[in-house]
Amino acid sequence: MSLIEIQEIAKTYGGIHALDGCTLSFEEGHISGLIGPNGSGKTTLFNVVTGYEQPDSGSVRFDGDAITRLSPDKVFDRGIGRTFQLTRIFPRMNVVENLHVAAQRSGGFRSELSRWSSTSERARAKEVLDFVGLTRLASEMAGNLSYGQQKLLEFACIIIARPRVILLDEPAGGINPTLLRHLASRIRALNDEGITFVVVEHDMEFVMGLCHKVCVMHQGRTLCSGHPDEVRQDPLVLEAYLGTDMREADLTRSGAN
Amino acid sequence: MLVLQGIVDGILAGALYALMGSGLTLVFGVMEVINFAQGIIVVLGAYFTYTFASHLGVDPFVTLLLTIPIMFTLGYAVYMLLLRPIKRDRVIMSLLVMYATAVVIEGVLDLIFGGTLVEVTASYGTSSVHLGSLDFPNVYLLAFGLSAVLLAALYWILYHTKFGRSLRATTQNLTAAKLVGINVDHVSALTLGIGVGLGAAGGMLFGMTTPFNAASSYDLISRLLVIVILGGFGSVWGAGVAAIVMLVIEDVVAVVWSPVWGQTIFYLVLALVLMFRPQGLFGRRLARAQ
Amino acid sequence: MAVAEAAPELLSPAEIDRAFRDPFSPSKRTKATSWIVLLAVLTAFPLVFTNPAVTSIGVFTMFFLLAVVGWNIFSGYSGYISIGHAVYYGFGQYTVALLIMHLGITSGVSELAIVPLAGLAGAAVAVPVGLLVLRVRRHTFIVLTIAVMFIFQLLAFNFPSITGGSTGLNVTPPPWSGNDYNLPFYYIALGTAAIGLLTSWAVRRSKFGLGLLAIRDDEDRAKGLGIKVTRAKLIALVLSAFFVGIAGGLYAIFIGQVFPQFAFTPFYDLYLAVFAFVGGLGTLSGPVFGALLLGPLQQYFELQFGATTLYLIIYGVLFVVILLALPRGIVPSLADRYRTFLASRWRRAEERRGVEGSGVTAGSMIASAPGAAPAERGGS
Repeated sequence: MSLIEIQEIAKTYGGIHALDGCTLSFEEGHISGLIGPNGSGKTTLFNVVTGYEQPDSGSVRFDGDAITRLSPDKVFDRGIGRTFQLTRIFPRMNVVENLHVAAQRSGGFRSELSRWSSTSERARAKEVLDFVGLTRLASEMAGNLSYGQQKLLEFACIIIARPRVILLDEPAGGINPTLLRHLASRIRALNDEGITFVVVEHDMEFVMGLCHKVCVMHQGRTLCSGHPDEVRQDPLVLEAYLGTDMREADLTRSGAN
Repeated sequence: MLVLQGIVDGILAGALYALMGSGLTLVFGVMEVINFAQGIIVVLGAYFTYTFASHLGVDPFVTLLLTIPIMFTLGYAVYMLLLRPIKRDRVIMSLLVMYATAVVIEGVLDLIFGGTLVEVTASYGTSSVHLGSLDFPNVYLLAFGLSAVLLAALYWILYHTKFGRSLRATTQNLTAAKLVGINVDHVSALTLGIGVGLGAAGGMLFGMTTPFNAASSYDLISRLLVIVILGGFGSVWGAGVAAIVMLVIEDVVAVVWSPVWGQTIFYLVLALVLMFRPQGLFGRRLARAQ
Repeated sequence: MAVAEAAPELLSPAEIDRAFRDPFSPSKRTKATSWIVLLAVLTAFPLVFTNPAVTSIGVFTMFFLLAVVGWNIFSGYSGYISIGHAVYYGFGQYTVALLIMHLGITSGVSELAIVPLAGLAGAAVAVPVGLLVLRVRRHTFIVLTIAVMFIFQLLAFNFPSITGGSTGLNVTPPPWSGNDYNLPFYYIALGTAAIGLLTSWAVRRSKFGLGLLAIRDDEDRAKGLGIKVTRAKLIALVLSAFFVGIAGGLYAIFIGQVFPQFAFTPFYDLYLAVFAFVGGLGTLSGPVFGALLLGPLQQYFELQFGATTLYLIIYGVLFVVILLALPRGIVPSLADRYRTFLASRWRRAEERRGVEGSGVTAGSMIASAPGAAPAERGGS
């Protein structure tokens, strides 16, 4: 049973078909990779699924329910969290406050007047910070963190809300290898607890090592999908991704930009 | 007939407001600075003309040869000294700094000239051209002509000079402009100089058409801001069209109803338009992302 | 890299507090004590300096304090800089003046008793105004607030049958004199400012207030994370308008006159914005510092040089200098200095001790990764 099913999504900007009848699905409990050359529509697809952009046509179903055209907060409430290619944290709030913004989902106005940091919520925040390893920076302004730390914080902001699915948009971009291995281990740990992941990434080593299934996008459509090893061998992918005369070694070794 | 006269008055005055507003919107487009001092700049320009014309005994239009270079330099200096150092919260900080500058200029003008309303006069100032039953005051016709000439000159600078290209590049993308080697500070300072110069030229015309004192700047700046919002922040042409539309509406309401309601309508139209088009009549997008 | 298992062990609140406590921030007790001392000083001030000329400066300062604390609840926290709070200020003034006139109130005490209604009037008018102006952001918002303020000013001019038009309204002042006249206004404004500050504090620590800060930093992201942005902004605006409305009501009675151009004036918000900026926008204490430092100065200049507009020049120059010298505001700038100082001292102590016993966790490993010193300053 697929958790997210995307049917024939189309989205154009001016004359450009960012998404051109894109159909694919992501399995519950998997870590799915979404790869493809720049401009193939990966981020647009994320935006459509999470409500940040409206598709021209097509549908998105989450756990059987249509979520097409829901606003971002409604999608988030359903249990789909996401990160952004250019990390979006709240720079003038400290790390703990950042976490609590994402954590406050419940309830009516009465609960909004209550303190944002109740004991149980603080315990949860501590647990999440320990999990990603940012506890020492708890009281630091988010804008003062290094880029990699901001990526971790954005990730922490999502997991504190206990979503069922997390969409990661280029999590590996611009962070050092140590932090990247750390991030991969966190993703696996959460996946073991049953959280589904969809990862857009150019770092092939990262994607191939992490994902159960990889889906390749090209010109707004899905080109093929399957086990990382199958995808790696697929001549269509090589052609689309790197041009015809590139060798497989390039695909496995290096990032694509 | 009254309505037609209202439309004529509106178009003629609208051109003048377009000139004064073009400086404001241009400055915003390039550096995201809301020049709250534009109102007092106009008044300052009017006082310059008033002083030169009465002391040197020359025609008000001739005084522009002195006024515009002086005001241009002032604008350039204000940018370099007061706006360039601002690093954070640019929009609001620059607004506050320009406000403080306006207060200083207002204080100086009030100290020198006092609060009495004055007017720039010229020999041809009081007569007008008649076309049928319509009345075209000479001063307004000249104002219209000068506004058209200066706006055309601005157009030429923007689209046919190297500086204009740098300026438009900076308007579209500040960071990219920096990356391709445009000296953004220099371009910004020149732009503020031009904006202030245009305001001063408008000030001469304003002084010929309306009695003024230092406190006139508040009414001016609020009208100019309305025009600039309606035209879409940063769009010179939008401001021009908005100026004429708004002044026509104001003058028509003023003749058929009452002058006070003419003024109120000015702001009510803004509120109404923004309810349906928050980006203004001609604005493309709300704001640049960050 | 070995990372500790994410075992959800139960922590005691004290342990969490220890983990989350900002090591470079003054303790709760220090903060509370400072507020109490400040309140005591402000309470004692007019009893020590009994010259009515001085206490009347005090009264105006308290009016500003009250208003800027209110202004900050909306503009400071949400980052939506309003230059149109004079709408609520003017509405408060007219409400009080009209009520006193039409109800025929004469006693000073009952005049002051209707001041809360000025606050409610300000809050009530903030709802429709907010629904209009909160549709836009940033600079368009700033300018729209100015425009709305001018609409109200013109309406006040245009309905002379209600507002008296340009001749304004007279409010019979309470039949007191000297300090007896000043002190009730002083203490009511101080008390309301204290309530305003408590409100501001409650907002700052509530989920709703956290949402406002998130809106300030990235509104679209906040919305995406489930913050009800429109509701949060509107409620903050209404709260803020309430306190500014009260300031207007008190001012109207104190001065005894209401004019359109002084009730709905562009000056008012620029004062408020500058006070808040100078003190530290969006902080609890910043606006208090701003108002207490610059309020008396503004009054002093106006009294000293008010005959000419020399005071405008001095004040304008002062504004520019302060804004350029302390762009982030006094409180954040000083707090930053203090943090840097403590952090460097702390680092030196750490170096002396050696890092052997400090319990290396995943967190500390990342924190000590290159370019990640905890006290590293200067974001984007």
